[in-house]
This record gives sequence, C-alpha cells and structure tokens, in this order.
Amino acid sequence: MSTQDNRDKDPNQVETTGHVWDGNLQEYNNPLPRWWLWGFYATIVFALVYWLIYPAWPIGDSFTKGFNTITFEQGGEERTMHWNTRALLAKDMQTGTYAVRQREMLEQVAAQDYETILQDAESMSFVNAYAQGSFGTWCAACHQVGGAGVVGQYPNLRNDHWKWGGTVEQIEETLHQGRLGYMPGYRDTLSSDQLNQVAAYVLSLNDYSVDQDDADAGARIFTGTDGGCFQCHGMDAQGLTSQGAPNLTNDLWGLVDVRGAESDSERQRLVANFIRDGIQREMPAFGDRLSDAEIKMLTAYVHSLGGGQ
Amino acid sequence: MKHESVETNAGLLIILTLAVISVGGLVEIVPLFYIDDTIEEVDGVRPYTPLEQRGRDIYVREGCYTCHSQMVRPFRDEMLRYGHYSLAAESQYDHPFQWGSKRTGPDLARVGGKYSNEWQVQHLIDPQSLVPESIMPGYPWLATTPLDYSDIDRRMIALKRVGVPYSLTDEEYQANVEKFGEQHARMFDIRDAEENLVAQAQAENFDGNPGTITEMDALVAYLQVLGTMVDFSEYDDGHFAEFR
Repeated sequence: MSTQDNRDKDPNQVETTGHVWDGNLQEYNNPLPRWWLWGFYATIVFALVYWLIYPAWPIGDSFTKGFNTITFEQGGEERTMHWNTRALLAKDMQTGTYAVRQREMLEQVAAQDYETILQDAESMSFVNAYAQGSFGTWCAACHQVGGAGVVGQYPNLRNDHWKWGGTVEQIEETLHQGRLGYMPGYRDTLSSDQLNQVAAYVLSLNDYSVDQDDADAGARIFTGTDGGCFQCHGMDAQGLTSQGAPNLTNDLWGLVDVRGAESDSERQRLVANFIRDGIQREMPAFGDRLSDAEIKMLTAYVHSLGGGQ
Repeated sequence: MKHESVETNAGLLIILTLAVISVGGLVEIVPLFYIDDTIEEVDGVRPYTPLEQRGRDIYVREGCYTCHSQMVRPFRDEMLRYGHYSLAAESQYDHPFQWGSKRTGPDLARVGGKYSNEWQVQHLIDPQSLVPESIMPGYPWLATTPLDYSDIDRRMIALKRVGVPYSLTDEEYQANVEKFGEQHARMFDIRDAEENLVAQAQAENFDGNPGTITEMDALVAYLQVLGTMVDFSEYDDGHFAEFR
C-alpha cells in the first residue's frame, strides 16, 4: 500500500502492484482515499471510547464493566450499576414513557370496581386496547382472536352461553384458578336406544322436532336415577355453573354442532354420540401468570364481548 | 512475509484466512467459558426427565427450531408478550441449545403451561383447526407413533459425558439428591431411566391416550416444562442484571 500522493506524477512514474496480465495490463498502487483513511482512524477512536463506556474486555474470570451507569429501582431503593441491557430493561419497564403511561392507566383501572370500569368510556378504551393484546397472547389460541371459540373444542365467549357463569366475578374466578370441565361418558350406563332417547329429550327442550315418545322416555332417564343427568344439569336442564354444566335449553351449543347438522336424525345422532363419549376439557389457571390488574382487564374485556351477565 | 507469497500459495492463504476469521469467534466465545457470571445463580433449573428428554429429541428431529426460537430477549415488548427474558442458566443442560434467531413461529422459551395438554395435542395434529391463519405444518404421526425409548439410558449417558448431571453411581445419585431434591434426583438416575419414563408418561398421560406411550406424550411433556423451572417472583428486577 503506497501512502505517497500520486496525483501530480506522470502515469509512467506511478508505482504499480507488480501484477501484469495479458502482457501489458498493470495495476496502480494508489494511496487510499483520504475520507476512507480518516474514516478508518475514526472507527479505532470509536472503539477506544466504547471500551471505556460499555462492558467490553474479559479479564480473568471477570470483565471490564465500563464507566457508563444505569439507575433503576430495586426493592424500593435506588440502585446504580454498570450499563447492561438487563438493567436497561429494568429501567425501561419502570420509567420508560409508555411504560409509565401504561402503569398509570393500569393503576387507575385496578382501583376501580367492575361497574365503574364497564361504564367509564376512558377505562374501557384502555381495557380494550390492553386486553386485546393480552387476549391475543393468552386466550386466542383456544378461544380464537375474536373470542368466538371453536365448536366442539373451546367455548364461544361472545354469546349468552356460560358454563361457569358470565358475571364479572365468575369470569375473574375462571381466569384466576382455571377450570376443569368433566362429563362422564355413558357408553356403559345407557343402551344406544336410551342414548337416543336422552338426545331426543335434550333436543326437544330446544324445540327441535323429535319423536315425542323418545323425548318422554329421555326425560325420565334425564331426571331419574338411570341417567342422573339432572345432578349437574338440573331438573329443568338449565345447567349449574358451580359444576360447569351448561344450560341445555337455550339452543346455544358449544360442544356439539347441533345447528350445523344436516338432518333431524343426524342431529340426534351427534348429541347421542356426545352423551355416549363424554368429555373432559381444561382451562389453564392464569392466577400465577398474570397480575391481578391484568386479570381484571381481561375480565372486563371478556365480559364486554357481548355475553356478559 | 510478502503479500505475493500469500496470494500465490492457496494452501497458505486458506490457513491464514481461517486463522483471521476464527479470531472474531474466539474472542467473543472463549471468555464466556471462564467468566464467573456467565451462568446466573438461580434456583430451580434442573436437567430434563427421561420423557422430557425424548420429547426434546423429537423436537430437534422434526426441526421445530427452524421456525421457533427459544430465547426471550431483554426488551420490553418481548417481556410483555412472552414473559421474563431467558437466562443462560435455563439452557445450561441443553445440548445443543435451541436459542435460535429465526422466528417464523412464536418464541417457545416460556410456552410451558401456557396451553392445556389437549390444546397442544390438537394443535400439533392439525394447527389450522385452532389457528386458522397459521402456516405451521401438522404432525399427526406423533400421536400414532409409539415412542422408542429402548435406548434412553444410552442417550442419557451421552448427555452425561457433555456435562448433564445424570447419575450412574450411588455417589452421583446422592449429589443429585442434595442439589435437586430426592424426587427429581430419582428421575435423573440412568439406571431407572426406562422405568421413570414409562411412569411419568402413564401418570401424566399428555396425549390423552392412556394405552400407548407415543411420541406425542414425549413432545408435549417437553413443551409443558419449557421455561417453567425458575420462579421469577422470587427475584428482584435487577437481580439478573448483576450477572451482565
């Protein structure tokens, strides 16, 4: 690399790299452009300054921590330590512009009771914005982005059908401790005729056309000891939220695709099969994953999706 | 040495190029092996049980890492979405680690316990049935393929050689009892590996099919333990910053 300035020289006097191609093609050994050279020196200076400010060089079993510091709160006291991304995050979570605004709103909403939140436009607009994100992260995998659930798998949160209750207190409890829903299968208890009769009875409660004799027989099984369905669903089949047993009279179906059935017999078969097989579903508990304030947001959000009681 | 002699000697050029390139890696990686603070002091991190370990093997076999990372980075948006940032300590028993940097799917470092077992099984069989817009392929064969655990002891011995504290002798077992508690230590004993694997799969029945131990059992067992070993409520905001 030549460092002389070749601009004033005759082309024949300029030093070449010595490579010759095709007999006469040669390469000038010109100096580096000034701007490039100074740029290179600048990077060296930058590195020296960087080493002083940030964690940089390993020394034995430790490393140089740099002179830059970060102050954040830890256990109620101010703590100053050398710059690092974890301390930076702790500070950002505490005092970052958006973090502070978010926390103020969270505290405001956390201090309100549900009645106030649901009626206060400002609180609800924050709840909607915040909970939409939380819902997307924690709930949408099962209940789907809009909360409409999956028929046969996960409950719809937008209608009036609540297995475990649709009041804010009940929704909060569901979120907090999770739920374990269980209906035993009746394959060993009831014959296939009996399964059909119970299905007919349940469908008749929702005004579907079924054989009246079947429905009457089904009613006896449902409310008698043969089936014992009433123990969870109630004598009037209105359900029992303490058991997670759904109301069977409101024509809202979460687990059997009654409305999607193509014919009366198909519909009855689907319900009978469901009673035969039973089901067990679990909703995980979020009490140890989300803060009380976050659970409150989600409760208000879910309640406001359309079915809240 | 003249430049020309390097440029005209391909063998020398390769050796010198490799030497120069390795400097970049060596100065960044090697010190981490002897800096005390690299692995944070934290309670709860333990090796995988035999069943979880087989699940991890399946995770690697199916190439889950090509779309899913396992590292929550220390940024506010990641913390709000995924939870506490990942610690080096949390992957100290991973060989190889699954950190990754390609997120076609979401990060899985804290997916344990986030969804129910039923959800995981259904989602692995047919992801679009639960997440219509997902581009993840289905893995239905996991639910029907019996898990091959005949070589679980040899797999654990291999991991033991690279530093995972599975036990082969009574002394090693005792050391594990002191470090991880008796209940866990029993699971890390290679001599009972097969028995423990079967017991866990039957007790927890991850795939909802009590009859057979399938690959689904193992994979879901692994997914459900990811990121759940450390109880972060025990530590202050700045605790883990001390180690950086």
